[in-house]
Amino acid sequence: MSDLLQAPVFDISRRRFIQAVGLGGIFAISTQLLSPTRALAAIGGTSATTSQAVNLFVAFTQDGTVEITCHRSDMGQHIRTAIGQIIADEMEADWERVRIVQALGDPRYGDQNTDGSRSIRYNLDRLRRLGASVRQMLAVAGGQHWGVPAGECVVANHKISHTKTGRQLDFQDVINRLVTMEVPQEAAVMLKTREQWRYINTGMASVDMDELINGRAIFGADVRLPDTKVAVVARPPVVLGKVKSFDATAALAIPGVLKVIAIPVPTAPLVYQPLGGIAVIASNTWAAIQGRNALKIVWDNGINGSYDSRAYQQLLEQKAREPGSVIRSQGDINAGLAAATTRLDAEYYVPHLSHAPMEPPVATARMTSTGVQVWAATQNPQADQAEVSRMLGLQPAQVEVHVTLLGGAFGRKSKPDFSSEAAYLAQQSGFTIRLQWTREDDIQHDFYHTVSAQKLTAGLDDQGKILAFQHRTVFPSIGALFSTGTTKPSAGELSQGFSDSPISAPNLQLEVGEAQAHVRIGWLRSVNNIHHCFAVQSFIAEMAAAAQRDPKDYLLEVIGPARRLEFDGMGEPYPNYGETLTRYPYDTGRLAHVIHLAAASAGWGRTLPPGSGLGIAAHRSFLTYVATVVEVNVSSSGELTIPKVWMAIDAGTVVNTDTVINQCQGGAVFGLSCALHAGITLQHGAVEQSNYHDYAVARMNEAPPIIEVQVVASDALPAGVGEPPTPPFAPALCNAIYAATGKRIRQLPIGNQLRS
Amino acid sequence: MKLTINGKPIEYTGDPQMPLLWVLRDELNLTGTKYGCGIAQCGACTVHVNGMAQRACALPVAAAENQLVVTIEGLSVDGDHPLQTAWKDIQVPQCGFCQPGQIMQAAALLATNAGPTDAEIDTAMSGNICRCGTYPRIRAAIKSVAGASS
Repeated sequence: MSDLLQAPVFDISRRRFIQAVGLGGIFAISTQLLSPTRALAAIGGTSATTSQAVNLFVAFTQDGTVEITCHRSDMGQHIRTAIGQIIADEMEADWERVRIVQALGDPRYGDQNTDGSRSIRYNLDRLRRLGASVRQMLAVAGGQHWGVPAGECVVANHKISHTKTGRQLDFQDVINRLVTMEVPQEAAVMLKTREQWRYINTGMASVDMDELINGRAIFGADVRLPDTKVAVVARPPVVLGKVKSFDATAALAIPGVLKVIAIPVPTAPLVYQPLGGIAVIASNTWAAIQGRNALKIVWDNGINGSYDSRAYQQLLEQKAREPGSVIRSQGDINAGLAAATTRLDAEYYVPHLSHAPMEPPVATARMTSTGVQVWAATQNPQADQAEVSRMLGLQPAQVEVHVTLLGGAFGRKSKPDFSSEAAYLAQQSGFTIRLQWTREDDIQHDFYHTVSAQKLTAGLDDQGKILAFQHRTVFPSIGALFSTGTTKPSAGELSQGFSDSPISAPNLQLEVGEAQAHVRIGWLRSVNNIHHCFAVQSFIAEMAAAAQRDPKDYLLEVIGPARRLEFDGMGEPYPNYGETLTRYPYDTGRLAHVIHLAAASAGWGRTLPPGSGLGIAAHRSFLTYVATVVEVNVSSSGELTIPKVWMAIDAGTVVNTDTVINQCQGGAVFGLSCALHAGITLQHGAVEQSNYHDYAVARMNEAPPIIEVQVVASDALPAGVGEPPTPPFAPALCNAIYAATGKRIRQLPIGNQLRS
Repeated sequence: MKLTINGKPIEYTGDPQMPLLWVLRDELNLTGTKYGCGIAQCGACTVHVNGMAQRACALPVAAAENQLVVTIEGLSVDGDHPLQTAWKDIQVPQCGFCQPGQIMQAAALLATNAGPTDAEIDTAMSGNICRCGTYPRIRAAIKSVAGASS
């Protein structure tokens, strides 16, 4: 907590907290919020980046069941389980008597934006302290019950024991005392030691496991309210396009179709606004889809109607050949290149990508006398409150957002345009509306991963050692979504695998070019780390080949000795995912360590049969270090198989060890999808792909049957887990392909490149 | 028309061309069968029709008339089909959205081939997408059940 207190935003939170509740200190029970059956433990202040007010996480039901509130969205990273583990462990609750309650969207919880692989980073410490404060209150309650000092009471596994007499109470016996009790001051809260943890740092199964395998889990489209109608929307095929005219006669003639409603035309910048278009409301999903198919719409494609992603690729590539703005520079790049005996140039390209979560966006909305209720598969319910209220002319507090399980998200569902659509249609129609995106809607109207061209140049001396390294990156920025005309990526985007280059070269220069956005650019799992890591880690293997060195040894050599990177030669401080370099240093020793681990488990250096090869890549992203080794076999006809993958991850302290392994395995397969087939292309401003047949993601027959993961045991501060496993996969794969075939892949997707 | 869903007789009077998926989800509130693509590309809607795995999103309900349809809700009484137990033991799911379809597909495979090879598992399961990438665990779960019964 003391570290969090140093963050300036936190002071604002604390001040507001004190004003609101009228108490000093960090912890307070806000008694006016208590009901007889619920004791609520509260904590003031939140993560380093937000926010206001009081957070409420722990409650008891009359039978002593602990209700732990999860304020983050679960999209498969099992955060509902992890938050339960943290609080239940510190408060010594019996896991069998814990129930997880999903929070509504509410700023009182602090940051709820489940994005950026930061749920544990933001919450481990404060929720441990929150749980520990409840444990201490339980000891005091036990002491009061027996008339003995709290110091003689021990709290363990849902019981309070009086050490001298052996008397015991269940948590349920002291609920009434808890609700009237003062909360310990921060300084008085004693955390358990790591050795005392019973749930944290174990691989406990998801709290939702039974429902996930028996079909009863509630995802976005599974919400069932009385008399709900289903809406499907025909959106402009081109971003910022609009309806010129439409004829709904045929649509309205379809049995089950009830209403046709136009959605307002958005204005730039788009942010999270709905794209506009025509909604068909029907008594069931099938009728709504048929009704939409029957709409006759003439579109005005607007300013992006000439966007052609093939021509745009050439534009980006040309830009990357020209000097850009220097982001970081050390030594003298030109002198370094001039002194080199070997010069290497390579250009890399990664296309737009779509999130394509298994459940496309869905939200249900119902108007009430005081506002609107929304049930949404959202990563960020407070954003739903903000966007829906703006769309409907309400205040955010009038928007009650219930978060369902997310059927995958990968960044897509932190942009709640679908909730605004549902709420607008509920308001306009008077119906309870379930707004369903079809898969075609999802693929064609996404917030796409950016498209990028990069040029890398290296100069090596006569020993093959790196003398000079130049990297240029050009890609349209996410910033264009929020500010029209943005053509320069932000420092945060550039910090993802570009400006934080760990390459130890005497002469180094990193440059960025400008690019205009013609689609909605959004963050997709790992974001800019995807393309930057692909280029850098591939290029290092290219350098190794030119130097006739082992790629793993060469990778370790260019990273250099174990040290904390200072990012000298940068115009502005390195953003470091919002953390200081003191708390979360970029430690090249930890990067090298995961490389050694992954390489050792893969048996790096062993002889493989012809057509087979190993490739390695390593990367730090979201403050976590991951190395990946991929083994491939490429047949004479160019058929690729991946027998096995080895990964090592150092994410600092981890809460659920099995989740980390599962996320690594899944992150590798996500990286495989990025590499193999996937790519969004556009012609005349419209997306050419529409469903899983032409936007192909990895299937079981393509996926490695075995992905071995080593999780580094660490007591360092917790770092990200959801995103870091993805970036190194594609370059490790392409490096393996090179080892197997001598063919260097510089453009994704791989597609048919191995067959030519 | 007469349908039999999870052993229960159902009288359905709506559009005979409506895919079975939407009848299950919108008319019968059996929401364990998922919409993922609508064109039989992802397998999230997999159900059993007379014991065979079928994509409910591409099957007009008329084709299920007088057939025995089983959904994930009817695969076992208490969620204790051997595959469900294996899924639990191996902690397969991440987001879980595709898993009912995966389990239904795997159950149909094992019903006709109790000891599938890796290649046979690939062939049977490659129509079911898991965007979270739980394939290695799905494979391990299927093999654990196949191994136990062989």
